[in-house]
Amino acid sequence: MTWNLFLQHLANGISLGGLYALIAIGYTIVYGVLRLINFAHGDIFMMGAYIAFYGVALFLLPWYVSFPLAIVVAAILGMIIERAAYRPLRDAPRVSVLMSAIAVSILLQNIGFVLFGGVPKAFPRPSLFAQVWNLGGVAVLSLTFYTVLISAALLVAMAYLVYRTKVGRAMRAVSWDFEIAKLMGININHVISLTFAIGSVLAVAGSIMWSMKFPQLLPLMGVTPGLKCFIAAVVGGIGSVPGAVLGGFILGLGEVMIVAFLPGLSGFKYAFAYSALILVLLLKPRGLLGKMAEEKA
Amino acid sequence: MIPMKRETGRILTAISLLVLCLLVYWAERNLDPYLRRILNLIAINIIWAVSFNLIYGYTGQYTLGHAGFIAIGAYAAALLTLAPAEKQSMFLLDPCIWPLNSIQWPFGPSLILGAFLAAIAGFLIAFPALKLRGDYMAIVTLGFSEILRVIIINTQSITNGALGLKAIPAHTNLFWSWGWAVFTIFVVRMLGNSSYGRAFKAIRSDEIAAATTGVSVFRHKLIAFVIASMFAGIGGGLLANLMSTIDPLAFQTVLSTQVTTIVVLGGVGSITGSILSSVIYISLFELLRPIDQPMKLAFLTIPGRPGMRLMLSAMIFLGVILFYQKGIMGSKEFSWPWLFSKLQPVLKKRTTEQDT
Repeated sequence: MTWNLFLQHLANGISLGGLYALIAIGYTIVYGVLRLINFAHGDIFMMGAYIAFYGVALFLLPWYVSFPLAIVVAAILGMIIERAAYRPLRDAPRVSVLMSAIAVSILLQNIGFVLFGGVPKAFPRPSLFAQVWNLGGVAVLSLTFYTVLISAALLVAMAYLVYRTKVGRAMRAVSWDFEIAKLMGININHVISLTFAIGSVLAVAGSIMWSMKFPQLLPLMGVTPGLKCFIAAVVGGIGSVPGAVLGGFILGLGEVMIVAFLPGLSGFKYAFAYSALILVLLLKPRGLLGKMAEEKA
Repeated sequence: MIPMKRETGRILTAISLLVLCLLVYWAERNLDPYLRRILNLIAINIIWAVSFNLIYGYTGQYTLGHAGFIAIGAYAAALLTLAPAEKQSMFLLDPCIWPLNSIQWPFGPSLILGAFLAAIAGFLIAFPALKLRGDYMAIVTLGFSEILRVIIINTQSITNGALGLKAIPAHTNLFWSWGWAVFTIFVVRMLGNSSYGRAFKAIRSDEIAAATTGVSVFRHKLIAFVIASMFAGIGGGLLANLMSTIDPLAFQTVLSTQVTTIVVLGGVGSITGSILSSVIYISLFELLRPIDQPMKLAFLTIPGRPGMRLMLSAMIFLGVILFYQKGIMGSKEFSWPWLFSKLQPVLKKRTTEQDT
């Protein structure tokens, strides 16, 4: 393997890892606040991609209008799901909420089948993202570059929001303890809604870049990235934002490098994420950067 | 409640089993293949739901790996019952490996071996999975079933990969499926009423309290897990020889959630509920088949869309979880004394009417 080829793989791995990180944050902040694996996250990812696609293909909007619009719609969708399917179960056993999330996920997938059909749709790739740049002998798609740039910007914005603003402090308080947060005058319903909105925004930003990278839309397209990013969140330590980013990059780079160095194992690429998950959970059950927290009652 | 001798209950059970036998015999002889297929599917889902109830309902461990064990049973039974010539013509990319390419077993032993392999897989997976709790356990078992699917897709020379297996002999009939369903119910009920069952339920209500009273938590979870995997494998084998084609796509996580839906709909921890809701769920699913196709109502045509059925099924699942958590039966079980205590007012009324 030449040095250039290695750099090429590295660029791919970083851009894939950045996408994983964006989606993984949605899982981690929702888990932090509600102790819930939001199975529907991957399907919000799918819905966002379809909305962006229809904005361009059906309503003939320019991409710089359609893509942000899709992000806004998905944020609202995320809040609606929380309101309808998770809030009524806030005092129920945690497994019931988990099942509710699974049900919402299957529901969204099949709404996808009914509304959009099972025939794959080709996602548009605006010319800005379709150029091929030659950086010192390495051919890089401009999309890869922008993906890294946009992911990094969103990650920084996210970190600023969580660690430097009042709302972020409220979010961290709610994730620490519901009751105390309530006593401190925090409206936990607002905070939870906001958490879902932020998670959905990041997921759909990721999904649009994902769809430009792999331009094939299917109602089940959210399942695999969803599961992998959930795994990324767990590997990094669920509930921790830096952990989700770390997990995302480990998974993204790991997958790309497995295919690059061991082509014989490329069929098992999909199993890499699960194997990493099981290994991490056995050796470090709270993930790489997770806190050893007590179970929230 | 009427005081009732244990023997009376046993006799009534024996009589109803006999009636079931006759019904199955009649159905196998007289019903058309489509209805027989639905009845077979109901029995297979009863096997899955009742065995899943053993882990989730009795022991309180939520897993999402049932599809994996079903897949093991299905592939084992299919590969063993397939004729060597069929295998030769089907394995296009890679020829079938040695012991499998020349043998053909009868159905019974194939099923048993499939169940055995599923139980071994359950045993191996239990060690890491049972260390974890709650949603972590759910996610790890899901991971195992997905890894298994990846392995099935990639071991071309054993499982024929993504192409799947075709022309599996259709051995499954109502005797096989309902026979195994009754056996599963019998075993799980016996287990539930034994000291093991009490230990399972103790673990469900409070693991730490159970451990302090001397229940070996890990051992009991392991027992529940392995037995449930075994029956999942049996159900898988029956499914393979009913459908006569299988491929890795048939064993996705959706299958595990279908089993969960049935159990929750019936009432968590109630075998009776699992049986009733298997019947309801599968029949409903078949009855709703037309809505996937276009419909004509007087003037307007409702365009049917594939996916409509699963969408409704997901809505039912969501509705049950949000508004009807107890399910059909709650945690109650059917028993003869219960039936008589329900019938008593009706019977009494009739006798008083006759008196006057």
